[in-house]
Amino acid sequence: MIRFEQVSVTYDDAAAPALQGVDLTVPEGELCLLVGPSGVGKSTLLGTVSGLVPHFTGGTLHGRVTVAGRDTRAHRPRELADVVGTVGQDPLAHFVTDTVEDELAYGMESLGLAPDVMRRRVEETLDLLGLATLRDRPIATLSGGQQQRVAIGSVLTTHPEVLVLDEPTSALDPGAAEEVLAVLQRLVHDLGTTVLLAEHRLERVVQYADQVILLPAPGAAPVVGDPAEIMAVSPVHPPVVALGRLAGWSPLPLSVRDARRKAGPLRERLAQLDAPDAPAAPEGTAVTGAEPASVTGLGVRHGRVVALRDVELSVRAGETVALMGRNGAGKSTLLRTLVGMHKPTSGSVRVGGVVPQSTAPAELLRHVGLVPQEPRDLLYADTVAAECEAADGDAAAAPGTCRALVSELLPDVSDTTHPRDLSEGQRLALALAVVLTARPPLILLDEPTRGLDYAAKARLVEILRALAAEGHAIVLATHDVELAAELAHRVVVIADGEIVADGPTAEVVVSSPAFAPQVAKILAPLPWLTVPQVRTALRETP
Amino acid sequence: MSDRNRPPHAGDPTTAPVTARASALHAGAWWIWALGLATAASRTTNPLLLGLLVAVAGYVVAARRTDAPWARSYGAFLKLGLAVIVIRLVFAIVLGSPIPGTHILVTLPEVPLPAWAKGVRIGGRVTAEGLVFALYDGLKLATLLVCVGAANALANPARLLKSLPAALYEAGVAIVVAMTFAPNLVADVQRLRAARRLRGRPDRGLKALLQVGLPVLEGALERSVALAAAMDARGYGRSAEVPRAVRHTTTALTLGGLLGVCAGTYGLLADQGAGYGLAVLVAGLAAALAGLWLGGRRSVRTRYRPDRWGTRAWLVSGSGAAVAALTIWASSYAPQALHPPAVPLTSPQLPLWPAASILLGLLPAFVAPAPAGHRTPGRGSRAVAERDAPAGEAPPPRRRATATGEPGAGHPTHTPHSEETR
Repeated sequence: MIRFEQVSVTYDDAAAPALQGVDLTVPEGELCLLVGPSGVGKSTLLGTVSGLVPHFTGGTLHGRVTVAGRDTRAHRPRELADVVGTVGQDPLAHFVTDTVEDELAYGMESLGLAPDVMRRRVEETLDLLGLATLRDRPIATLSGGQQQRVAIGSVLTTHPEVLVLDEPTSALDPGAAEEVLAVLQRLVHDLGTTVLLAEHRLERVVQYADQVILLPAPGAAPVVGDPAEIMAVSPVHPPVVALGRLAGWSPLPLSVRDARRKAGPLRERLAQLDAPDAPAAPEGTAVTGAEPASVTGLGVRHGRVVALRDVELSVRAGETVALMGRNGAGKSTLLRTLVGMHKPTSGSVRVGGVVPQSTAPAELLRHVGLVPQEPRDLLYADTVAAECEAADGDAAAAPGTCRALVSELLPDVSDTTHPRDLSEGQRLALALAVVLTARPPLILLDEPTRGLDYAAKARLVEILRALAAEGHAIVLATHDVELAAELAHRVVVIADGEIVADGPTAEVVVSSPAFAPQVAKILAPLPWLTVPQVRTALRETP
Repeated sequence: MSDRNRPPHAGDPTTAPVTARASALHAGAWWIWALGLATAASRTTNPLLLGLLVAVAGYVVAARRTDAPWARSYGAFLKLGLAVIVIRLVFAIVLGSPIPGTHILVTLPEVPLPAWAKGVRIGGRVTAEGLVFALYDGLKLATLLVCVGAANALANPARLLKSLPAALYEAGVAIVVAMTFAPNLVADVQRLRAARRLRGRPDRGLKALLQVGLPVLEGALERSVALAAAMDARGYGRSAEVPRAVRHTTTALTLGGLLGVCAGTYGLLADQGAGYGLAVLVAGLAAALAGLWLGGRRSVRTRYRPDRWGTRAWLVSGSGAAVAALTIWASSYAPQALHPPAVPLTSPQLPLWPAASILLGLLPAFVAPAPAGHRTPGRGSRAVAERDAPAGEAPPPRRRATATGEPGAGHPTHTPHSEETR
């Protein structure tokens, strides 16, 4: 269905090709997963299929890409629109119209299909994606998962033979992600659609893939093969694979179900050992004075919508708390209220003893720092050095404080780099360094692992652990159950603006199937949550 | 939900149906109605009549707007109208007014100006007559704005596109996309100003606004480029092969027609040539329209469920047209009542028949489809709650050592098999 023949792509201002030596075929009706660390050219490879690379992005494409027999060199993206459906990383950037039904019809209108055909396909697609009750809704009022489904639906109505998706589940909560993947699964099985998707959160998708394309390093030729074979050598892999490699299982299991079948001996062996030390939250922090954060009876409203209701939360120094819950549950609102961006309608918020919304920003900086969902929002300057100088000025810190932090977090970033040219993970680290310059006792992170590969995530975990050990309190809002399991002492689950669970990580995440990490599912009822815990336990008693 | 899906005339045919795609009023009908009210407003300076027009428009908006995002713009137009009145009054006070008046309210210190600025005055006497005249004038402008705002709130601007000639469609999409640029820009500015707080810088004031300018523009540009890529990949701008002769004819007709329109307009405005001016203008218009129609053949687009122009659309647009026509007629039979003089000061009277004709504009509040119940936008909808509940709901923490010992038990919802059988 899709054929790459000796494809390489070089962007105009780049010294080295972004993609090189791609020579592979994606057969019809397969779900093909594209994996690799950040910055290896996954998006570029996806772009060549829809023709956006090079027709839209510029650059030079050598070799040949054929989709359903059409050469992308001779066909512009709009001329491939009837065979390739593309959904980018941000569904909001994809929408042309403003209601669900019009959006589903837009592609068909462009192709000039007959009105009765359009009507029938819209109805079919509404049913296929479970969107029938939302048909008249303005797109702006939908949740993240619903928007992602509308974006997929809008390219499905033209009945494309190939569907290309760039990180379709990265921004979604576990439930919404399963919804989207179920739809893809159904398309592949029932309609024979060929799906090519790139994703960082492999734990969510790898078990559905028929074939995996691994781009191991920038400019390196891709490795193609059976998912289990590729995962055995891949530098990026989900926890289930890491556990399988650790235990030496062969063939490597890719799903929790397969892993559980093989995990009998491992469970028996682990049952003999001491349970892993739960990352103990520090006790008795009255020495430092006021608590980093204490929230009582908090209510916040956006217009008529109640975003938070009667929230009680206190965070001690040195403690790491993960806020979880579906898209739009109120996690970000809670974080923003802690830095005074929202005014509470009831209850009180104290951050290090001060009321955030009535404290001058320069003073508040010493009590709390927030790294927002889009770290770019924090960065204004056009070089890393200028950004660091500005941060020192803002925080009234000794010159060089921020730069020292950046060097610690990002050893190989030069002073003159533009923040926009950093990778997603590097930008996050820079924003974190900017926030840390004022040494706030409370650090808040909103969805920090969005767009990060496993290596960047591991680095982030190390950094945050070190900060917690120094006595910083950390609150992170995240959909990433693996991150929460690895890092958090405590998990707080928010649903519809209320706290519905608050307790030690091991208890909260394991009691909910949606929030349980893979290792916990495989080893249940044993209390191990993460691969590093298992590795340590096995190493201590060989 | 079942109510909303009922065919519009299932029950009593005289009650208005609930707004749904099938029964939605043609966007053009709302615009004709609103422009009718605006025309009426432009024909009078009587504050009572203008107030009545604003009330009529406001009542219809309150009764018939949906809770879609574009429907919320009405408040912004109201504020804009108030601002216009205030600005008009301030100008009348500061720059004086050409209206001769005898009731002096206050005398401001006058700024002496050089001789070459003879016609201009800053400060000086402020008369009641001048203020009243300015108020009537400002009120007229504000009413016009409120009428346009009503149309904006009641009809989705994007839906109007569906009624454009095919040749203009792509230009129309560009305009609509450009129109969404502004609200997005405002949202970006708010987000980035809030983010300044996180850097310990003040988030209010002009300086804060200026410093986020560059990042906001960068973000807006990036979003535009992403949208353009998405549109291209979805077939925007696909065109059919058209014979060369047709293409050339289209170009000739459109260009020639536009030239004709220019020449004709010039002829009409110039001292001589009013005779041939009209003829050239009409011929030019005809040629340009023919060019547009021919150009439409290049477009392969079809239209999905275009709005239908039904009885209710006739009624709504008819009521607006009637208000306009009756007010224009009234300005010939009762010019005094429609333009109460500012000199001498008199309290304006409410003329009976013009007022009654304006009340005709209330008709849409009864015949246009009613908005579907008060659904809260966003996650409040039942559909969302049902769909997301199983995944997002966290049961109260329970001990891990259950009988089955499987915390993950009972969630194979994402395995392929259960999906196939769904």
